Amino acid sequence: MNSPYMDTPTASPLSPSNATQPGESLVRVEGLSKTFDLSASWLSRLLSGRQASLLRAVDGVSFTIPRGATLALVGESGCGKSTLARLLVGLHQPSSGKVLFDGADVHQSIRNDANGALARQLRQRVQMIFQDPYASLDPRWTVGEIVAEPLLEHGLASPGPALEERVGALLQSVGLSGSDRARFPHQFSGGQRQRISIARALATEPDFLVCDEPTSALDVSVQAQVLNLMRDLQRERGLTYLFISHNLAVVRYVSDSVGVMYLGRLVEWAPKARLFASPRHPYTRMLLDAIPKLRDTGRARTPVQGEVPDPLDPPTGCAFHPRCPSANERCRRERPILIGDETGVNAGRVACHAVEEGRLSG
Amino acid sequence: MSLLEVKDLVVEFPTRRGLLRALDGVSFAIAPGEILGVVGESGAGKSLTGAAIIGLLDPPGRIASGEIRLAGERIDQCSEVELRAIRGRRIGAIFQDPLASLDPLYSVGQQLIETIRTHLPLTEGQARQRAIELLEETGIPAPGERINHYPHQFSGGMRQRVVIALALAAQPQLVIADEPTTALDVSIQAQVIGLLKRICHDRGAAVMLITHDMGVIAETCDRVAVMYAGRIVEIGPVQQVIHAPAHPYTMGLMASIPDLETDRERLAQIDGAMPRLDAIPSGCAFHPRCPRTLERCRRERPELMAAGSTRAACWLHATEAEAEAEAAQ
Repeated sequence: MNSPYMDTPTASPLSPSNATQPGESLVRVEGLSKTFDLSASWLSRLLSGRQASLLRAVDGVSFTIPRGATLALVGESGCGKSTLARLLVGLHQPSSGKVLFDGADVHQSIRNDANGALARQLRQRVQMIFQDPYASLDPRWTVGEIVAEPLLEHGLASPGPALEERVGALLQSVGLSGSDRARFPHQFSGGQRQRISIARALATEPDFLVCDEPTSALDVSVQAQVLNLMRDLQRERGLTYLFISHNLAVVRYVSDSVGVMYLGRLVEWAPKARLFASPRHPYTRMLLDAIPKLRDTGRARTPVQGEVPDPLDPPTGCAFHPRCPSANERCRRERPILIGDETGVNAGRVACHAVEEGRLSG
Repeated sequence: MSLLEVKDLVVEFPTRRGLLRALDGVSFAIAPGEILGVVGESGAGKSLTGAAIIGLLDPPGRIASGEIRLAGERIDQCSEVELRAIRGRRIGAIFQDPLASLDPLYSVGQQLIETIRTHLPLTEGQARQRAIELLEETGIPAPGERINHYPHQFSGGMRQRVVIALALAAQPQLVIADEPTTALDVSIQAQVIGLLKRICHDRGAAVMLITHDMGVIAETCDRVAVMYAGRIVEIGPVQQVIHAPAHPYTMGLMASIPDLETDRERLAQIDGAMPRLDAIPSGCAFHPRCPRTLERCRRERPELMAAGSTRAACWLHATEAEAEAEAAQ
């Protein structure tokens, strides 16, 4: 499976191509799981009589993202959304399942790839923006060096005036000035630093950006600047985004469709308009109800109950059942699967026995 | 009468490159039983205002001028010993990170009992009984058993409940809560906010709630003060400030918040960033970013003045305020 790609990298499935048109899926995730082994060593387990402990951070997640669209993933701490982001960009190897990028199996390609050419192509086309712009930029590098690195690393430019010009253009495209090249990250505010991260991510002209809480560390007025910028860049460059956030209001602004995660599983997926107008999963409803609102909607609110359980010891059946007002015996016993349409007017998938049986409206 | 009264508070930090004014003439008051929200972006001075009131300014920060009165009595000039008697007893504090507010080496019971006995004349047994009641009141299940547990045995939301119990242990008149829910997930945040609101209401304690989350303010507070570059730029009843803001900064801030109820094509944005303390613009500190700057804004610094149903520090409202002042005379 590896030799043809090595000899003719331009024809490889990961090279930039027009294989997928706007609207077709660029990213397809199938049954993706990641399990971390948090056990003590074999010997201390034997001596203390403790069991192995496995953390299923991501558990059988499937979704697709059409080219040029934004999928947002929401959920509370520990629901596995950041692990999923890292799986998608290849920072983690999955325990099972696969990620198809433009039709090619990302992790298998990397594994079978003797000289690393495919991994390079993947990294050129898939980039990531991290949450904390204070931690993701090297304080000892100038902004020019930070933005130029991916260009040099991928052989897209060589040192010289052309490179300088390209870095300057990238900085301008994110609203900074070309003369900022010579400055260091500490001379910039949080919002400006996040712009530098975006310029760096855009350097290799990627198709797909994975953004892990890109505005969570920013003040609201700065957040608005960065969100508007990300939206403009998406339109200009036809970018596809996976946008991870815990803030549903931000998600409503940026996304086309939304996936809700709970304890490593995708519990609901729907186009944005449907998810916000008629959320179906009890967890989605609870999340939407829990957010403090600027305007009093007058709608009766379900009081929020309980907390996210220990992911090392998740509840049986549906992981949400201990907090769910509609849980019954079947929910405690049997794990619901995600059912529903992926496309069409009734697009929307939900993993809930109560919805399936019609015990819950929706 | 106001329980807390802050008047022309100025906080300065002497540095090698000169004196930095982090708070410059902050004035407000909180009535007993009232919840005042303080919002603003990083560096606006909201946490510093809270720290100055409880006497926990990090050196070399110091109160350069102004007054802080608690129930009519000045507390800004108290010695450390006097302050210690006020903190915990008359002013309770809740901070963002519950893990940093609790000692990991003592059980929550030991910490609660120590706090109660420091401030109230109770025996060990009475204090323990009181600690259990407090934990129960803050919604911790099986408090009789949980009292012996250590902070690491509690989840984030439960820890913040313990911190609230600690802050309320001596029945303070004033609670200063600095970003109490920022480190918590939304589903837990709603529970903690509800608890704080109910428990302060029941006891008639005044609350100063510092946060950057307008949603939290809208659901919790009676009045809100908006801070920018070390000053209060607008203060008024919470619904008026949110729905009919008078200061251009508040207007920009409200329009830049993505909301859950409506789809928006584009968020309004305030270009630029808050000025650094060593480069505060002349006149109104917001003028370089303001879409409605007048000539006067560059020269003269506006004080808070009547502006519709709120008070705003903005020259746009000067004529209105003057007319009202004349009418009063």
